[in-house]
Amino acid sequence: METLGIWIAAILTLCIYSFLYRDNPFYRFAEHLLVGMSVGYIIVITIYFGFIPYAWTPIKNAVTDETARLGFLTLIPICMGCLFFARLSSRRAWLIRYPIAILMGISSGIMIPNALQTDIFAQVRGTIDPYSRIGVLSAFEITGAILMVIGVVCTLTYFFFSVEHRGPVNWLSKVGIAFLMIGFGSAFGNTVMGRVALLIQRVDFLINDWIGSIF
Amino acid sequence: MFEKLMNIDRRIIFIFVALVVIIPMLFPFSLPLNVSEPTQKLYDYIDALPAGSTIMISFDYGPSSFPETEPMAAAVMKHCFDKGIKVIGVAVAYIDAVPLADRVMQQVAAEKEAVYGEDYVLLGYRPGEEYVILGMGAEIASVYDSDFSATSITEIPMMQNITNYDQISLLLNLAAGSSVEGWITYGHTKFNLKIAAGVTGVIVSQMYPYLQTGQLVGLLSGFRGAGEYEKLIKAPGDGTKGINTASLVHLLIIGLVVIGNIAFFVQRQREE
Amino acid sequence: MKQKVPLVLCFLFGIVMILTEFSPHAASQATYKEIANWGRVISPFVFVLAVVTLIQTHWNRIQRRTEHWQYSFVVFAGMLAMVAAGVPSGPQHPAFAWLFNNVQVPMDATMFSLLAFFIASAAYRAFRARTFEATLLLVTAVIVMLGNVPVGDLLWPDAASNARQWILDNPNLSARRGIILGVSLGAISQSIRIILGIERSYLGGGD
Repeated sequence: METLGIWIAAILTLCIYSFLYRDNPFYRFAEHLLVGMSVGYIIVITIYFGFIPYAWTPIKNAVTDETARLGFLTLIPICMGCLFFARLSSRRAWLIRYPIAILMGISSGIMIPNALQTDIFAQVRGTIDPYSRIGVLSAFEITGAILMVIGVVCTLTYFFFSVEHRGPVNWLSKVGIAFLMIGFGSAFGNTVMGRVALLIQRVDFLINDWIGSIF
Repeated sequence: MFEKLMNIDRRIIFIFVALVVIIPMLFPFSLPLNVSEPTQKLYDYIDALPAGSTIMISFDYGPSSFPETEPMAAAVMKHCFDKGIKVIGVAVAYIDAVPLADRVMQQVAAEKEAVYGEDYVLLGYRPGEEYVILGMGAEIASVYDSDFSATSITEIPMMQNITNYDQISLLLNLAAGSSVEGWITYGHTKFNLKIAAGVTGVIVSQMYPYLQTGQLVGLLSGFRGAGEYEKLIKAPGDGTKGINTASLVHLLIIGLVVIGNIAFFVQRQREE
Repeated sequence: MKQKVPLVLCFLFGIVMILTEFSPHAASQATYKEIANWGRVISPFVFVLAVVTLIQTHWNRIQRRTEHWQYSFVVFAGMLAMVAAGVPSGPQHPAFAWLFNNVQVPMDATMFSLLAFFIASAAYRAFRARTFEATLLLVTAVIVMLGNVPVGDLLWPDAASNARQWILDNPNLSARRGIILGVSLGAISQSIRIILGIERSYLGGGD
């Protein structure tokens, strides 16, 4: 079975790489097979790691265990979740708005205070924090701290569209673009490393696992 | 000539890319790798943990990104098992992460003779990312009543003294998406859980603001981060091998950028 | 019923989560925990929407005989194979694990590895130092690429990886922080609009 698995994996890998020459039936076959299998995988995992532990187990426990009667409360979100199946009927499809609205409300309510702490207060504190230790910082670190404030302010200015970008605002915004370009350049450089890593793994599989198993 | 060079068939470039990956794989070489500060910070943090501590690894990557994150998982787990630190594996963001996590955990455990249920456990995947993180903060058993193989959490020895994040010394998020932000927002901000990240190259750059504020205690950056950690634990593996192989591809891409620009400027000068 | 009830539900759940976040009272915390638990229970049902939509799309392709409609059968075959292997005995069943490890993982990984080829081609064709901004982007990318691999320090001793680290720690950090602040302010204001019912696009069209 292991050898068969290696061969199937190798053939499908080559089917996908055939796209590098041009679009062809082998590639399209593998592409559609991947989509289908991914959906099948989602169905299985959602049943076993979603519906069973979240919905089935609490209700089962509530029925069988007197101390777990509160588990019946889970029926409320289960009923709400079942409304997603209304998508199957064109006349009743609007019912999915109920669970979506609840999820939007809960996630927005959870997000607002925590995101304020994480992404606003902590980040602003992080920007000004080096100045509280200015006496112990080296000249190099002080330069970095100054650069950080300039970069953050200018980048924010670039995204601030409530005033016209003219005069000093325009200059700040242009400096902001320069910082953004450096940020995107570093993201590109790191992305190359990521994509190359995937390629190396696949080539390693073809050479060592597949061809290596033949010879 | 320069016009020809600029309109070269993309498939010729593809052949060059394939060659610079295949050649170093057939004739491997090893170059010295400097350890960056974010990797060193993570290593130092784990190294300072007393034996018997527990760390949690959140495997939030899928088959489309595992070559970068799997070597990180292996290196960190080797370090943990050597130090007597227990490891709990979870997955909150990627539905297809758990079989990959299971594979790497079993490999490392076999190598280090770690025992399932005593030294490590894989709790598996649960949908609803932020709700899972919040739920575990209150009580891990309220989210995971059983592990990946459906064994009740009450029957797992190493989970007996673990209720919530208060007993977790570090959460290492191996991520290919936005789960690090989720862990910081709901795990660190709300429950003061210490967080470190090992991320794919694509999202490395956006982690630095969190590293500077201390919201992340350490960071592993793609293949390079894995290679650096392997160097620190003196156990070269896939990360070291991979980052050496990647050297030639990087040089090729830099070369292509330079040649492309030379051709572009020469042609523009001629047109003027 | 179709518009107002969802808006009221969204408002109520949103406000309750915000208020209970700030109250340490046991009842308040229990409410927070219970409602967060409800969100968790509803979340796997979202996959139903995704699966139904995909099945409908491919079923329509077959019925309408659109271009490459035959491949939609491959989609259904792949889906049924995984369901048949996994649903009766669970994801630990060897057949399900075998299909995942030997068919799904290699295809998924290969699909994304194609990007390595295209990124090289794009770097050659489109990465031009046409303007000052483009030059900055290009130079940064080259330094980071060189600093990411050990050969960088061989060609540019002790400088390539340090230069990369400095870029990531300083100008990159500033730009990213600016983006985080901007995006977060936008996301928070959008969340407030959602809770207050001003933003309703998530309800879709119709009445």
